[in-house]
Amino acid sequence: MKCSDCFQQLSNYLDGEIDAGLKRELEEHLGKCHRCQVVFDSARKTIELYCDGKLFELPSGVRDRLHAALRRRWEEAAR
Amino acid sequence: MAESPQVALKDDFALVAEAKAGSYAAFDELVNRHEKKIYRLGLNLTGNPADAEDVLQEAFLKAFVHLPDFREDSRFYTWLVRIAVNEGLMKLRKRRSDKSVPIEDSVDEEGDVMPREFADWKPNPEEQYAQAEIEEILRNAAQTLSPAFRTVFLLRDVEGLSTQETADMVGISEGAVKARLFRARLQLREELSKVFKRG
Ligand SMILES: [Zn+2]
Repeated sequence: MKCSDCFQQLSNYLDGEIDAGLKRELEEHLGKCHRCQVVFDSARKTIELYCDGKLFELPSGVRDRLHAALRRRWEEAAR
Repeated sequence: MAESPQVALKDDFALVAEAKAGSYAAFDELVNRHEKKIYRLGLNLTGNPADAEDVLQEAFLKAFVHLPDFREDSRFYTWLVRIAVNEGLMKLRKRRSDKSVPIEDSVDEEGDVMPREFADWKPNPEEQYAQAEIEEILRNAAQTLSPAFRTVFLLRDVEGLSTQETADMVGISEGAVKARLFRARLQLREELSKVFKRG
């Protein structure tokens, strides 16, 4: 397998949408090719970071203003 | 704010039904449950905290107003994400209105994308930066994508929508979702590599 063919399968591999034969070929290539290994690992890590709930905090001021606005709207509607 | 344990144990469908029947506690619990993720979505979509706060408020205000129209054939959270994405894209459109750059650009989904950064990353970058710092790194990297690519990445990889749900929400084919996702992942990886590579 060539590196360019390997990259093309990145998404399919990460999403588990790859057939067993191709997967085996790909993993064999990843085992020998450090560059492709880096790309795959860092792509997976990229997704993990964006999904990491701890890295995105809701500032308390933002939260307070949100709840105040909603409460106000709710009370207006109830009137 | 104190929340009753009974409310906290209910699923979204039950809470939506109670909120429709007039329970503010139920609506408030729905907000508590999803506010953080909707803020994150707004932040990554618009790239700045002030716009993210607007997206957050507008999304929940609209959800409140349109709650009677919400039909329980989809998840409440998916419905909320749709509202928030529309709000976020509207913000971007307004910001760009003077430059006449369309959001639904005819993005090139074919051409070659080849990785350029091959250096190993430092292990666990999330432990090596302050939370606010890494948040800024991530949202700045997201801003290097066109809104069309950014939206697909956020819906698929962060919000966990399926390819089909994303295709329906954005109004493109499933093939286009996959093509955009592939390029978005590679481009974000390139951007983050500049920051997180070893050495
Ligand atoms: Zn290779």
